[in-house]
Amino acid sequence: MTDTPLVEVDDLHFSRGDKEIFRGVSMRIPRGKITAIMGPSGTGKTTLLKLIGAQLAPDAGRVRIDGQDVHALSRKALFRLRRRMGMLFQSGALFSDLDVFENVAFPLRVHTDLPEPMIRDLVLMKLQAVGLRGARHLTPAELSGGMTRRVALARAIALDPELILYDEPFVGQDPISMGVLVQLVKRLNEALGLTAVVVSHDIKETLSIADYVYVIADGQVMAEGTPASLDVERDPRVSQFVHGEPDGPVPFHYPAVDFYRDILDTGRQR
Amino acid sequence: MIPRVIALGRHGCDLLEALGRSGLFLAQSALGWPSREGLYLWLRQMHFVGVLSLAIVLVSGLFIGMVLALQGYTILIDFGAEQALGQMVALSLLRELAPVVAALLFAGRAGSALTAEIGLMKATEQLTSMEMIGVDPLRRVVAPRLWAGFVSLPLLTVGFSVVGIYGGFLVGVEWLGLFEGSYWSNMQASVDFIADVGNGMLKSLVFALVVTWIAVFQGYDLIPTSEGISRATTRTVVYSSLAVLGLDFVLTAVMFGGLS
Repeated sequence: MTDTPLVEVDDLHFSRGDKEIFRGVSMRIPRGKITAIMGPSGTGKTTLLKLIGAQLAPDAGRVRIDGQDVHALSRKALFRLRRRMGMLFQSGALFSDLDVFENVAFPLRVHTDLPEPMIRDLVLMKLQAVGLRGARHLTPAELSGGMTRRVALARAIALDPELILYDEPFVGQDPISMGVLVQLVKRLNEALGLTAVVVSHDIKETLSIADYVYVIADGQVMAEGTPASLDVERDPRVSQFVHGEPDGPVPFHYPAVDFYRDILDTGRQR
Repeated sequence: MIPRVIALGRHGCDLLEALGRSGLFLAQSALGWPSREGLYLWLRQMHFVGVLSLAIVLVSGLFIGMVLALQGYTILIDFGAEQALGQMVALSLLRELAPVVAALLFAGRAGSALTAEIGLMKATEQLTSMEMIGVDPLRRVVAPRLWAGFVSLPLLTVGFSVVGIYGGFLVGVEWLGLFEGSYWSNMQASVDFIADVGNGMLKSLVFALVVTWIAVFQGYDLIPTSEGISRATTRTVVYSSLAVLGLDFVLTAVMFGGLS
């Protein structure tokens, strides 16, 4: 049982308007491991997380979590399944009308009947884990970006989920909070045996903690493997991404008409 | 010509689809058994939606009552009918002005705030994160606000009428020197509880439902950008004002127009 992957994505197709975002994506996310999903901006990494969390429905294909097809579940069953998942949003998405303590207590209050002293202990434990026990009385507006994300992380693990989805956890952080977050993700995975999915394009940080990596581009899985195997990958597109070269098979320029003609074509149109 | 017909048809389809979506939205959020937690959330919203609108509604009610008495007096005195001032003030307020003006003020004060608040929660992914925690935002965020609006507007309308009648008394009796007995006794003799007070309250209930429904739906359904929020807030005020005035005509025709 523990050998079967926790999340199975089968031949997923998804489009938004006329734009095709996924054309047959399949992946296996093993239990107790950190799986990274990487790729250039705009390839739909966040969309993939939303499909896994069943906030969006695919055009074709299936997502199974612990054997259950998440898009076939009733609303009630889906909400029950979501109690076993945590998600860290890029913006943190803390509830602005509650302070730090109440934000972390929220999942406990709505899903359990625990007495108040126990809720307090649990919240303080989670806040201690992210190093913000002293900030419990602050409101979300008083937090810095890095602190916001750490509080959101404490809230995401409040119910001790089996699966946690990280949406760009490292983006826009200064080096110190980035280091703190990288460590937290790793430690949570090791200490609690959490299955983690990290969506990111911060290559160095992500490769340093991931057990397995999927690289997606053009709506498909372009490469997969362990961080070490990706580092020596020959495919020029993968190597361009992994080594952060500005131009290569993935073009620097948005598609446009020939530059020379565009410049000479004065006064016609913007 | 043909593209215009197509555009018109598409517009009609969009409109119908939005109506259907908002109907489902209303049913999903308003129905269902309230929990103790829900009761607490509702009380909290009663404060934000109802109590905080009290000042603007009562002050407006006082001025409208005073203006009514002043205008009414100058006309009625030409016919020597100034004793009927109390009746005039009370009937105009109870049947018409209190439900309508209170609803318009409520749309501007509380409706726009509801739209902006829910819209901002959507834009900052608070609603999505609530869903991921396994809590339905329709029940947790929308329902308490919907019920708070539905209950508080009729209560505000009562306050509006009471203060307005007192304002009429201040101007008519205290300032212009009308005999106090005729102000109150004419009012008592001519106002019917069911036909006037009851129908006015019924109007107010209808307006409360429509205004709050529009406000929370616009907030929940908006495009989560700063432009989307500002447009949705404007739409809340415009749509609910139009809906209130239009429905007022229909309800008046049925209640007082002898069409029944």
